[in-house]
Amino acid sequence: MTVTAMAFYLFALTGVGSGLLVVVARNPVHSVLWLILSFFSAAGLFVLMGAEFVAMLLAIVYVGAVAVLFLFVVMMLDVDFAELKGGMQRYMPLGLLIGLILLIELGLVYGHWNVADSAQALRQSPTPAIEDTHNTLALGQLIYTDYIYLFQASGLILLVAMIGAIVLTLRHRDDIKRQNVIQQMHRDPAVAMELKDIKPGQGL
Amino acid sequence: MISLEHYLTVAAMLFVIGIFGIFLNRKNVIVILMSIELMLLAVNINLVAFSVHLGDLVGQIFTLFVLTVAAAEAAIGLAILVCFFRNRGTIAVEDVNVMKG
Repeated sequence: MTVTAMAFYLFALTGVGSGLLVVVARNPVHSVLWLILSFFSAAGLFVLMGAEFVAMLLAIVYVGAVAVLFLFVVMMLDVDFAELKGGMQRYMPLGLLIGLILLIELGLVYGHWNVADSAQALRQSPTPAIEDTHNTLALGQLIYTDYIYLFQASGLILLVAMIGAIVLTLRHRDDIKRQNVIQQMHRDPAVAMELKDIKPGQGL
Repeated sequence: MISLEHYLTVAAMLFVIGIFGIFLNRKNVIVILMSIELMLLAVNINLVAFSVHLGDLVGQIFTLFVLTVAAAEAAIGLAILVCFFRNRGTIAVEDVNVMKG
């Protein structure tokens, strides 16, 4: 068995195993941690396939942003997760059945997979030779020329998501003290304070 | 030798695990969101595997866009979740009936 095959089986088994633990773990914090391991294994698979840029993106975006977001939300919400786990045994047979059916269907599809003869000729943008252009450079050249509008649209999606998330979670609390800058700036010294001339030894 | 079918098998298994997770954790929205992330990851593995197999870079570019949409979806989903938890004090799916839908 070559090193590549060993690495593939390592990443594949880790990814699938941790994916399974994501859905069956009792504690959601553990679920998020298994999810992070699953993402890392998928990134390893991408590196094996030669898609380094997507692998690094997966590590940065999924592990660095999405999984940490999940972790924060799980830890901040004060929820009784044991109660939510209650019906797990009840839904197990149905889930297993549907999962099995779907797996058989996917197996049928992949078992009779044929690549069309014209597939090589129909390629939109063939991968340049790795000696000339490495993966990141080739992707960059493609994204910023042919797919610039889709790239801008995905940026817009992220902007809308950011604004939406802020608008949804921002709340104005009335029961706390906060600074009123306008009021502070318009405070008049003549009205706000009074000077008194105290004679020595007399007091007010 | 590791072929396209190997990667497709891993992706199929991850996708089925995602669907299984949705059925298994019908009450817990957070784990449902995580299952959706797993399914999107499986789709990404499929896209990259075909991209490498056919020597077409477009698959990897689509992976990028799927990644973007997944990140946006996770952010919005969790924001709605936090908002709902503030109002109702629970995240159980069967209690989500404010709109009587």
